[in-house]
Amino acid sequence: MITSCPIPKFDFDIITLGHGSGGLLTHKLLESGVFDLFKNDLLDQQHDGASFSLSGDVAFSTDSYVVTPIFFPGGNIGDLAVNGTINDLAMCGAKAKYLSLSFILEEGLTMEEFWKILVSIKEAANKADVKIVTGDTKVVEKGKGDKVFVNTSGIGIMHPKAKIHHNNIQAGDKIIISGKLANHGITIMSLRKGLEFETTIQSDTTALHFTVMKLLDEYGEAIRFLRDPTRGGPASVLNEIASLTHLGYHLYQSALPIDPQVEGACEMLGLDPLYIANEGIFLAVVRPDVSKEIVSMLNNDSNGTHAAVIGEVTTTNPGKVILSSSIGGQRVVGFLPGEQLPRIC
Amino acid sequence: MKYLSEYRDPEMARRYFEEINRVTTKPWTLMEICGGQTHSLVRNGILDLLPDKITMVHGPGCPVCVTSVSVIDEAVHLAQKENVILCSFGDMLRVPGSSKSLLEVKSAGADVRILYSPLEAVQLAQQNPGKEVVFFAVGFETTAPANALSVIQADKLGVSNYSILASHVLVPPAMEALLSDPENKIDGFLAAGHVCTIMGMEEYYPIAEKYKTPIVVTGFEPLDLLQGILMTVLQLEKGEHKVENQYARSVQREGNRLAKDSIDTVFSVSDRQWRGIGSIPQSGYEVNDRYKKYNARLKFNLAIPLAEENKACISGEIMKGLKKPFQCPNFGTLCKPEHPLGAPMVSSEGACAAYYHYSSVKTVQTV
Amino acid sequence: MCLAIPGKIMSITPKEDETFLMGKVSFGGIIKEVNLSMVPDAAVNDYVLVHVGVAISRIDEEEAKLTFEYLKQIGETNELNQE
Repeated sequence: MITSCPIPKFDFDIITLGHGSGGLLTHKLLESGVFDLFKNDLLDQQHDGASFSLSGDVAFSTDSYVVTPIFFPGGNIGDLAVNGTINDLAMCGAKAKYLSLSFILEEGLTMEEFWKILVSIKEAANKADVKIVTGDTKVVEKGKGDKVFVNTSGIGIMHPKAKIHHNNIQAGDKIIISGKLANHGITIMSLRKGLEFETTIQSDTTALHFTVMKLLDEYGEAIRFLRDPTRGGPASVLNEIASLTHLGYHLYQSALPIDPQVEGACEMLGLDPLYIANEGIFLAVVRPDVSKEIVSMLNNDSNGTHAAVIGEVTTTNPGKVILSSSIGGQRVVGFLPGEQLPRIC
Repeated sequence: MKYLSEYRDPEMARRYFEEINRVTTKPWTLMEICGGQTHSLVRNGILDLLPDKITMVHGPGCPVCVTSVSVIDEAVHLAQKENVILCSFGDMLRVPGSSKSLLEVKSAGADVRILYSPLEAVQLAQQNPGKEVVFFAVGFETTAPANALSVIQADKLGVSNYSILASHVLVPPAMEALLSDPENKIDGFLAAGHVCTIMGMEEYYPIAEKYKTPIVVTGFEPLDLLQGILMTVLQLEKGEHKVENQYARSVQREGNRLAKDSIDTVFSVSDRQWRGIGSIPQSGYEVNDRYKKYNARLKFNLAIPLAEENKACISGEIMKGLKKPFQCPNFGTLCKPEHPLGAPMVSSEGACAAYYHYSSVKTVQTV
Repeated sequence: MCLAIPGKIMSITPKEDETFLMGKVSFGGIIKEVNLSMVPDAAVNDYVLVHVGVAISRIDEEEAKLTFEYLKQIGETNELNQE
């Protein structure tokens, strides 16, 4: 992300325990930079919380972000924190309006790093047309944190035509993915000590709500279900709804959009892309008669260039996710017990 | 990806399936030795598309699965030492020892690191002169040259804070042990293409002759496996028992001489305990005398007692091809990937885990 | 066992001691540093099979095609046998 806001002059280079104590140092940290950066009418009230009016149905979501490393090609933990919660709300059918922002900082984090993250958060929020209206900062001793942990909670306004729930899914519905698989997870993997490799792949972190709102404008109820496949990938999302809906979810290997570099990394490390994290794509289960049009619409949207139908919902194999391999054989795509680990076998 | 995608072509696969169906007139039991081959068969859904007359049984070709409980205990013991960095391939982390797995001791604070290559462990040792770096050197003959190379490099660089905990296993003695078992049902073998890339094919001729069993050195992609199965069935239908090479794009009869040299330089053949099977003489590699200072067992004076395996686990029968995973009373109930009773459920190459994660749709319907 | 996949050699860094011979190998576009000491004849643009960071063989292009020729050969043999 571009640091369009140069770092102000702080008296200190690193975060210390004092900065989270609520006293003078906290005040200095917030006043000399943070509040200015996020300047808006709600934050400027400087209450303990933000107060505002909302009308209509709202959605509320929260998520915490603990990624390592905190900076990676395509973004940083700040981008994830803003986009992730905006996306969670979008998956409910809501357009995010206000976010809270909480930090747990590890003593020793440099002001330079912290500032970069703050600027990214500001830019992501501006781009997404959301305001940061309340927040908190705590500092923990060195060794008790992992540089930065972030939590964002968000409030959004429900789209009037949104009827998104797994109970609405029917046999015959089509499964759509909005973009290429596993870019984020593979980017993080490429930086991991002991597994590193060179790649031009970047994290796909982005806010999806404008795209989702357009879809809902046009197709409303025909969008039965939405979810962004973050940790655990599409395989985990689909297994979850398979067990909730007692329907079968059938995918086609040859339909999955995947970058050749991501494929190469998965082959080398023995990983299955279906279980790898994404931060800028979503799964949609939609009424079959409009599936092709929806894909067309997405293909014309910058967040859906590689969108494709990747499968369908069936009554066979209820509760299971089935994949047809590229040679036509079938296998079950199950839940993974834990994190996927690279293998030599 | 070149040299991968072409071997996943659906039209060619269809033609292979047709031909296999056409030529198979009698029931045959084939074993694929290598866990990677099992993984590919299940992952691509090949098993259900083979004619019913062909039964594929999955051999003990998963070094993770056959690593004995005591060796895991050795690794866990080393990992818990104050100044040791225990490095390992990812697949070893979840395998349970007598009481703990490496993943569990890592969660409790032990310095356990996943590496892609043993050569990186040597670099890690150079970067951490105050620590002892131990690489958990598991694998069949395929991985032995890389592990050997790490020792050779460490020696040349004068890196003294590096050692390996060797647990290599060899394919031909395992095949002999299976074939000499009176309960053996195996008619033909798909030999492991990457093992043979290193070792060549010579060791298999006497086995094929002695047991009158065809052996086809086979690769890992769907078309490789289908061609390997076809070649084996053709031999069986004709009553032949030759050694053939399906994977000739990588395997030569004499193998890779330089790779074999590196193995001979660092390792000597030793007896080895196989999880689920028991002791097979001269079936493993141990660090030899010349490089004994890189042998973690000697360096740390390891004397871990021989551990008992979980009696509820029938991994031996599964790895000998006598039973299929879903015939185990505990499969999917007491024994699942998240709480495995034995190794074949832990490694995704193990027959049990392969069935569990990627199980054929037929199995899902019958289990 | 033995996950080894084919990659294309993009560059080779010669070393005094061939034990340390390294090259950059591309797998579908990602680049990994790989030890090439066991395939000394491999050159830039060759494909090698890589297992745990070490190249274990050079892919023989001619042999690689034969998997596709095999069925054709069987087909021809069958026709001959039928005559």
